[in-house]
Amino acid sequence: MGRLQRHDSVEDGPSASSAGTARDSAAGILTVRSLCKSFGGIQILKNIDLSVFPQELVFIIGPSGSGKSTFLRCLNRLEEPDSGSIFIDGIDLLSPKTNINLMRRHIGMVFQAFNLYPHMTALGNVTLALRHVLKRDRATAETIAIKALDQVGLKEKAKAYPAELSGGQQQRVAIARAIALEPKIMLFDEPTSALDPSLVNSVLAVMRDLRHLGMTMVVVSHEMRFARDAADRIIFMQNGRIEEEGTPDFMFGSQAGVHTRAFLSQINV
Amino acid sequence: MSALSLFIDTFFRPDLIERYWLSIVHAMVVTVELAVCIIVTGIALGIGLALLRACGVRIVNFFIVVFSDVNRALPPLVLILLAYFGLPSFGINLPSFAVLWIVLSLVLAAFSEEIFWAGILSIRKGQWDAARSTGLSFAQALLLVVFPQALRLTVPPLTNRTIVIIKNTALGSIIGVPEILNVASTAESFVGNITPLTLGAIAYLILFAPVTVFGRWLETRFAWKRA
Repeated sequence: MGRLQRHDSVEDGPSASSAGTARDSAAGILTVRSLCKSFGGIQILKNIDLSVFPQELVFIIGPSGSGKSTFLRCLNRLEEPDSGSIFIDGIDLLSPKTNINLMRRHIGMVFQAFNLYPHMTALGNVTLALRHVLKRDRATAETIAIKALDQVGLKEKAKAYPAELSGGQQQRVAIARAIALEPKIMLFDEPTSALDPSLVNSVLAVMRDLRHLGMTMVVVSHEMRFARDAADRIIFMQNGRIEEEGTPDFMFGSQAGVHTRAFLSQINV
Repeated sequence: MSALSLFIDTFFRPDLIERYWLSIVHAMVVTVELAVCIIVTGIALGIGLALLRACGVRIVNFFIVVFSDVNRALPPLVLILLAYFGLPSFGINLPSFAVLWIVLSLVLAAFSEEIFWAGILSIRKGQWDAARSTGLSFAQALLLVVFPQALRLTVPPLTNRTIVIIKNTALGSIIGVPEILNVASTAESFVGNITPLTLGAIAYLILFAPVTVFGRWLETRFAWKRA
């Protein structure tokens, strides 16, 4: 049976903290302060502050164009923020001293379009970074990869190419690709939006498993039922700001602010 | 004289076939040597330039684009004559084989760089995102994820372009490289009969028909279903 290796058990591989960056121990596993990002003079993110604590599942909702995906992509610097700060487990992600490539293995990311490498098998997709970032030899990488694939229920598809897999299976391979690196936090960017409704549940089930194993997760999604069931906290973003945040009960209840309720009523929860 | 024997006498005179087939075979060897040299250096240089261009250094890319545009715009014969007759003035005396090799390599490099570059550009940005998000460096993402996919897309245009450029080895006849056309046309003017040129044409067919078949095989071999 494939169990997720918790990052707090063994700390192997090069640690980015050795790069001499400041530790910020008071904060959560992810701490964002006054994050701003503009594209072509249009401000997409306006002073975002957010702390995510270990094992927490934070759900980000909001209308399209509200900056949710951009925010998520700033958290591993796929987008470069204009200003503000991001700390992952106390390490300043935006410091020039921080080796971003070494940090990214601690920040798993799952994309709406899966983005599996079509020229590699499922196993090849999962082992690539294990071999070339963590420098594991082939045998070790494959052992770890098989474990990760087992965890998403796709051990028997290790030799399959992405084109031979359903969308749900592809997304689960993509999750395996991220968790094989034993990240401290996982970012999900609309992981089920490109899926057939019938395939959504297989992916959500894997995400639930991850949560039970204690993975810290930030999820951008429109799966409101999943948000209600599984989230510890829901963030409502609008116009590049965090408009409101709270527990699912609060956010889906009648006490929530007018904008939150207006958004939720539009999408028919 | 019947039409048939006139035809044979013009294109396939048996005594001339017997006299010249061996020199045409020797010329084929020269053409193959040239072709292999040009393909290896031309495509290697094309890949190198395309990868360099992907790094996005503006001043470097400017020179790559100029190199590519000049070499694609000029007829290869002009470049060959410029190099063959121009370089000795600078004290560089290269054998005609080397001149042909270098010039056609540069032309193939220019075309293949554009083909590889188009291939790299056509790979969806999500592939970069996925690779970089797992900690791969820019170079690793390019070499392990993006370029292998781009390579598959480039097989058909690259095969076509390579055949076109290799056929330009016939331009070597102008500067005295003993390749197929040179040997065939020298023999043709010596005997006053077209038969040696027919042999040359057959030699080109023997050389290039397999290349086109190989290209088609590569296309199917490298095709993978799109997700």
